[in-house]
Amino acid sequence: MRIIQRSVLKQIINIILVAAFLLPYSAVLAEAIHEERSKYRDITVTQVGDRRCLLFNVHRGDRNQTCMMVEDRDLLVFDYTRMSFAGLLLKQDPEDILVIGLGGGSIPMTFADLFPNAKIDVVEIDEAVVRVAEEYFYYSDTDNMTVYVDDGRPFIKRAGIRGQKYDYIVLDAFSGDYIPEHMLTREFLEEVKTIMSEDGVLVANTFSTSRLYDHESVTYQRAFGEFYNFKLPTSGNRIIIAQLDALPPRGEMVEESRRIAPSLEKYGVPLTEYPRRLTTRVDWDMSRRELTDQYSPGNLLRDN
Amino acid sequence: MRKKQPRVLPRSIIAGMAFVSGFCIMTIEMLGARILSPYFGGSLSVWGSIITIFMLALALGYLLGGRLSTKNPNAVTYAMFFIVAAAFSLPVILFADPIMEPIFLTIEDPRYGSLFASVFLFFIPTSILGMISPYSVRLMVESEEHSGHMAGLLYFISTLGSAVGTLGTSFYFVLWFEVNQILWGAVAALVLAGGAILLTDYVQKLNLANRNADYTKKRA
Repeated sequence: MRIIQRSVLKQIINIILVAAFLLPYSAVLAEAIHEERSKYRDITVTQVGDRRCLLFNVHRGDRNQTCMMVEDRDLLVFDYTRMSFAGLLLKQDPEDILVIGLGGGSIPMTFADLFPNAKIDVVEIDEAVVRVAEEYFYYSDTDNMTVYVDDGRPFIKRAGIRGQKYDYIVLDAFSGDYIPEHMLTREFLEEVKTIMSEDGVLVANTFSTSRLYDHESVTYQRAFGEFYNFKLPTSGNRIIIAQLDALPPRGEMVEESRRIAPSLEKYGVPLTEYPRRLTTRVDWDMSRRELTDQYSPGNLLRDN
Repeated sequence: MRKKQPRVLPRSIIAGMAFVSGFCIMTIEMLGARILSPYFGGSLSVWGSIITIFMLALALGYLLGGRLSTKNPNAVTYAMFFIVAAAFSLPVILFADPIMEPIFLTIEDPRYGSLFASVFLFFIPTSILGMISPYSVRLMVESEEHSGHMAGLLYFISTLGSAVGTLGTSFYFVLWFEVNQILWGAVAALVLAGGAILLTDYVQKLNLANRNADYTKKRA
């Protein structure tokens, strides 16, 4: 009798242990509609109600990479995706757009919707991400929009050699677990400059925390001179907006924002609120080392 | 009783050299991805190229080093492996861009681009470094019975060196130094290793000559 009791007790303890171990994952697994392990990362697509999200490396606790409202697909769910359109304050009606990093495709699809005649190139290193964007996030190439499975750096280097120019470039390759260190360097930014048209704008989604913020700011400052730093209290992201030309004064951007804001309303981009958030104020440690191809330990700097 | 062969070099020196060679191989390999990424990106296939070329170069080095060790194994040849490997590592520091640029321009596919670039940058120095292992075994072995023991000991030490080189480079060196500074460090380590071997050999020969002179004097 006693022996039986003990074994039952053991079983119960086992079940509790297993359950405790699985609990942290269950919240995610319950709503996952697609999971796959690609060459670069674990990809998970989740859906709760109307909200469908793409997550990378979810077991390591990454936050949502990108989200979409299935019933209102125009709406941009995240601050950083909306912030990527702040470049329109500096460059109106872009004709040649380059987006590095596809994610769920919301940024390029919004561009395609806004500027149907613009030529849009998208570069994504992970073909699995392209497939998932097509299957779950309604992304598809059009006559004017093409996604290339390639690394951003060689793509830009080649574009530079061909003499190709873009007037709106979005760098969005840094969200996620691993930082591509070769796209943080001064040499890379110099290559980006060669493919920017004279009045073109670069919008880079970068890091707002850790030592990397200082290093990155110093590097952009050396490459572009003054740039607009764009942060929102509600977002952990920092967007760098840079141009080859001198930056336009804020007054001009306020006027522009009023003019363009109505066309961005359906995407949920509050453009008129942006100009006062753009600043050239230096809030980083200027003595930090510039990142170069010789020195770019981005992944180590992030943790320190 | 068969007379034991006189040792060419003290065991501690050979063990130390095995450590240095393992360390330098992995330091250069770890930096390989950093060197190639501006041209070929940071994709998995770039790592694949680097590791493939290092493995092939080492394989060839093991073969040639083993073959060389059968003919008159001596300290000067041993030292030369280190010094020549250092010399052939210099293009990685000095000519990396002129080597990679034409490859980048002619080969569109980054997989094969990085593979070819790895061949031109890393194959020769790595295969020379690979010769060190079998040659070390030959220099350390005095009899058949303990040959396995010595080979095991050398693998242990050189692989330990590789582990330390890998960790040191990826955790710390890239945080403290520029890529080329680290490479210069590896080159200096190899040259110093070669120098240490030559010096030890010279001192040993000098001692031997003195002893022989004493012996001859006594007999006379």
